[in-house]
Amino acid sequence: MRKYLGALAVLALGAAIAGGAGAAVLDDVKQRGKLVCGVGPNIPGFAFADDKGVIRGFDVDHCKALAAAVLGDPEKIELKPLPPRDAFAQIQNGGVDILTHRLTWTYTRDNGAGMQFLMVYEYDGQGFMVKKASGVKSALELNGASICIGQGTTTELNIGDYFRAHNMTYKIVSFADLDEARRAYEDGRCDAWSNDRGSLAARGLALKVRADHVILPETISKEPIGPIVRKGEAQWADIARWTFFALITAEELGVTQANVDDMKKNSPNPEVKRLLGVTDEFGAKNGLSNDWAYNAIKAVGNYGEIYERNIGPKTPIGLERGINRLYKDGGLIYSPPFR
Amino acid sequence: MTSRPSAAAVAIQAAVLILLGAVLWLAASNAVANLTRLGINTGLGFLWRPAGFAISQTLIPYSESSTYLAALAVAALNTVLLAAVSIALATPIGFMIGLGRRSANGLLRGVSTGYVELLRNVPLLLQLFFWYFALLRPLPPPRQSLTLLGAVALNARGLFLPVPIATEGSAAVFVALVAGIALAVIAAHLLARRRERTGDAARTVPVVLALALGPGVLAALATGMPFHWDVPHLQGFNYQGGLAVQPELVAMTLALSLYSAAYIAEIVRAGLDAVPRGQIEAARALGLRPVMVNGKIVVPQALRVIVPPLGNEYLRLFRNTTLAAAIGYPDLTMVFGGTVLNQTAQAFEVMLILCAVYLAINGGVAALINWYNRRLAVATR
Repeated sequence: MRKYLGALAVLALGAAIAGGAGAAVLDDVKQRGKLVCGVGPNIPGFAFADDKGVIRGFDVDHCKALAAAVLGDPEKIELKPLPPRDAFAQIQNGGVDILTHRLTWTYTRDNGAGMQFLMVYEYDGQGFMVKKASGVKSALELNGASICIGQGTTTELNIGDYFRAHNMTYKIVSFADLDEARRAYEDGRCDAWSNDRGSLAARGLALKVRADHVILPETISKEPIGPIVRKGEAQWADIARWTFFALITAEELGVTQANVDDMKKNSPNPEVKRLLGVTDEFGAKNGLSNDWAYNAIKAVGNYGEIYERNIGPKTPIGLERGINRLYKDGGLIYSPPFR
Repeated sequence: MTSRPSAAAVAIQAAVLILLGAVLWLAASNAVANLTRLGINTGLGFLWRPAGFAISQTLIPYSESSTYLAALAVAALNTVLLAAVSIALATPIGFMIGLGRRSANGLLRGVSTGYVELLRNVPLLLQLFFWYFALLRPLPPPRQSLTLLGAVALNARGLFLPVPIATEGSAAVFVALVAGIALAVIAAHLLARRRERTGDAARTVPVVLALALGPGVLAALATGMPFHWDVPHLQGFNYQGGLAVQPELVAMTLALSLYSAAYIAEIVRAGLDAVPRGQIEAARALGLRPVMVNGKIVVPQALRVIVPPLGNEYLRLFRNTTLAAAIGYPDLTMVFGGTVLNQTAQAFEVMLILCAVYLAINGGVAALINWYNRRLAVATR
């Protein structure tokens, strides 16, 4: 990974010097006939190569939904697994059209970094995993602990803030690769391993004996995870944002991958009609076909289906919906209305 | 005497220079314009803002509230420490393996050849992972640390050593120590002069050693040993106090020095082979002992061949330190090109600073080697 850094810097330099692509992203994507998404590097449940080498997951499904909305075909995608650092460089330079990645929305990243966040498709928070044998039951018992982490996220800053706020000392060992952090923790280099709880659950699958480890109850940070596009691409941002809102609205309205055809034909609900392009011309407003949202839902299902299929309680990742339930079920997932 | 360049040549060179300057200026102004258009922050102001993150190994005082500039300094020192220790280890190992490659003893020759072939044909990154996880796995957790005399502890968090802490009255000892070393240097110089004049090499080593250490030891005894030992002790999750050597540093040092030693061995072998056999035979014919043949005839001549490529190898080792991020050693690239780049999102400035720092340190090393090389060169009149 390290050795690409120089190349990337040159790329960044080159792109900055040459002048970024002038045309709007939508035109680029249509002309290319393919949507390029930056996704997480090998994260089970979010973007992970299965035994046939096909990358699947929550992030990937969001990419497919957008490809279906824009190009009418969820398979017209190119996935670039990127470590966080490279992800920022790629979106700034136009190396990818969108990051459907596990990146936290923060002020600094949204302002003055050449990129913009669109919405939040997963609410996460940073937690700690420890060995059960250590007897540690709370993050507040970690005074003096060594903590292994993957570098390049908000992880390091959150730990710094949390330990200072609680007057505790710690030793941090940061690794360029998230999986090396896990291996080092497992081999006893650190007392705890820290990451977003979703990532702990996902990457924890790779531990030799998962049952010997436990995730502590404290969540020490807010990690609103959302898709990112390049700054200043207003139309492209609207298209992507509303495609992901369409997935959420679909769940709210009970539209699923299985019943979307039936709903399109028979539903009397005016919002369903608007969403699926039976009435009004929402697609045309953004240079898309009118069945853009229909295509997205047909391709990957609604938000709830994407969640359950990739990371939900029935998957090996086993993440409860929690605050990622719809607002009407007590969660934070909420879409503005389609009207 | 060089001939004066023609007017045409001067004009062409000036034109090329102006063209190059124009291209660079255009590139720079375009870059700034594009960064502004993309809404990316520019400038070096971030260096004075608090970094907010911790670093696992700091040779100078540093905390989360220190600035990004301080983080840069900490990281640069970590890189220099790693490179210096690795070079100090790689050189003698490389020399020994190199001598082994030319040994008359078949077993020694075989082992040396095997070492070189194995180490230089396996990618360094893999060796790094091998050493790191090979070190970590067998090491016990802190509570079951391996301890020696209750003072030294070894566990998966590192090696913990007691360090002497100076107390009241220690200044006199330091003064005596420095004075002793100064005396020793002068004495060594004078004795060398005498040796050149008279050929008498007797008693140099004991005299120099006694002068270097004697005053310090005497002063320490006279002032009643004004030191106490800061002994590491188990507290909470880990040992506190003393000096801690991280496993990442040990693994990095092992991997870098053993890898480079394989190349140094080949450089040394080539250097030794370059000394004509006639020289050795002539030395033997004069009745010099084998040690003298090597020390006075072979090595001084071989060094002239060895030093330039050896310098290259040092510079390469230095650049290889950037692999540290793989196993979490907080070097320059890891801390500054990684965490800082990420948090500031100012890739442009961070990469430029990073390049400048590497260039400065590496340039310094290169200058040192060049100076040594000139000193070794055959004096021509």
